[in-house]
Amino acid sequence: MLEIRDISKTFNAGTINEKKALDHVSLTLNDGDFCTVIGGNGAGKSTIMNAVAGVWPVDEGSILIGGKDVTGLCEYKRASFLGRVFQDPMIGTAADMQIVENLAMAARRGKKRTLRWGVTKQEYDRYRELLRTLDLGLEDRMTAKVGLLSGGQRQALTLLMATMQRPELLLLDEHTAALDPRTAAKVLEATDRIVSENKLTTMMVTHNMKDAIVHGNRLIMMSEGRKIFDVSGEEKKNLKVADLLRKFEEAGGANEISDRMVLDSQE
Amino acid sequence: MLMYLASLNPIALFRSCPGGIAQGLIWGIMALGVFITFRMLNFADLTVDGSFATGGAVCIMLLLQGWNPEIALFFSFLAGVACGLVTGIFHTVFGIPDILAGILTQISLWSINLVNILGKANQAINAGTMKLRITSNFIYMPRTILILFICCAVIVVIMYWYLGTEHGSALRATGINPQMTRAQGINTDVMKVVGLALSNGLVALSGGMLSQYQGFADINMGRGAIVIGLAAVIIGEVIGMSIFGKRMNFMLRLSFVVAGSIIYYLVYVLVLWLKFPADEMKLLTAIVVAIFLAVPYLKGKSANSFGALARRNAKLAKQKQNDGKEEGSC
Repeated sequence: MLEIRDISKTFNAGTINEKKALDHVSLTLNDGDFCTVIGGNGAGKSTIMNAVAGVWPVDEGSILIGGKDVTGLCEYKRASFLGRVFQDPMIGTAADMQIVENLAMAARRGKKRTLRWGVTKQEYDRYRELLRTLDLGLEDRMTAKVGLLSGGQRQALTLLMATMQRPELLLLDEHTAALDPRTAAKVLEATDRIVSENKLTTMMVTHNMKDAIVHGNRLIMMSEGRKIFDVSGEEKKNLKVADLLRKFEEAGGANEISDRMVLDSQE
Repeated sequence: MLMYLASLNPIALFRSCPGGIAQGLIWGIMALGVFITFRMLNFADLTVDGSFATGGAVCIMLLLQGWNPEIALFFSFLAGVACGLVTGIFHTVFGIPDILAGILTQISLWSINLVNILGKANQAINAGTMKLRITSNFIYMPRTILILFICCAVIVVIMYWYLGTEHGSALRATGINPQMTRAQGINTDVMKVVGLALSNGLVALSGGMLSQYQGFADINMGRGAIVIGLAAVIIGEVIGMSIFGKRMNFMLRLSFVVAGSIIYYLVYVLVLWLKFPADEMKLLTAIVVAIFLAVPYLKGKSANSFGALARRNAKLAKQKQNDGKEEGSC
């Protein structure tokens, strides 16, 4: 469960580049909610992710994960509650380490790092089974360096790492935006499967309106650092891309809609 | 030329080789320290020029006070750990860039070594009267080399073990991808400080051993140490890769750091034997390191460069033209 209470964040305050990235945003996700976040460039969708992940402190407001106030906790301390997948496939994994070493590190997320061996024998079998679920053949390349994998394979691996130790909240920050359409569809499919199998509370940022509608049970739209639209249940199921575009125009955020959003959503 | 060749004495070369191996082993421990920061943490740590001399100074002063040589070495190690902590705090708490943080510690250590530890530019022990296990005395040379070899082997095994543990994996990940590492709940600042402390501990231990070996500590003994350490790391990597290629595992990587150091000192002995002026050795070392760093980069570049592409295309165009002419003449 996630509770965001009235958070704001301004970057470069007092300078010519001042940018109000989050403007009194509140949001409550119930257990098992899969919420997609949509918005144009600079709408604040990645910013809200980073605020929850604790990349920097917010200016005001508070953030609760699973009922625990994490507003004052820094990034690595919040990691025990969060699984994260980033937009850039290079960021989620350590390129110069083996696939199993990456998995072993993720399996210890939020735990104290001891002087016990980094990957135990029993873990190998467990990870082989986990990798098999991805259906990418990675189970046969467990000791290969992650740097040898393709972007899609790395994103799938990051997704596995983010969820293998059940997080209170899964944060997906445009995690398919850097992939080609076919790979993106595969990673999204894996996302849906993992989220529903583990009943994970999830927030997924996307610029693709169709993806935002198809996936999850809830949708919020951001514009200029504010939440301008919030639908769930039946209403969300019946949503069309045209409805979202109209919403954008109503909110005066139409100029934030990039060609990319429109093009990617027409299929 | 003949005069020069005649003046070279092959027996002298043979006699100085054991000394080269012993020094190579001592500096190998230093190079293992450099390996932690340079290769694992991706942190160019210049503290080592200072902490190496600190290790030597601490060891000699404790020996002068009548301490046991091994305990003195342990305190050299601790002194190095403290030096690494200072650089780590400069970098992580005060946000000073890595190279500058190292230089600040290094330069302050110069004063500390001179004023607070040694008290003057150099201090010597009477090596003959002490029961040193690491000594340049020719009679004990085989024993010294054996002891140093065992020390290096033990340190390589300990490093292999540590870097394979959960803690060591976190340290390696910090150097590769700090953002990912934080997302796994690891405090990357702590990891950097731990890595710097361990690295400088080894460097100072090596400095202490060298001071025992040569029987004195000198305020300038660490000058350019980083370059020698890098030379050992890089020479070891290049040679290891050319022998083992893809089969190069982590244990071999660590072992070849020490091997690189030994090779460096054997070459050093050879170059000195060829009557190369000793004062120019640092210049030679710097050139060697620059070449070894540049070659892999230039190799990658030449395989993938605009100039090469232009030449390839020009050649193809010329070939076509020639082909056309031949067809025409037929």
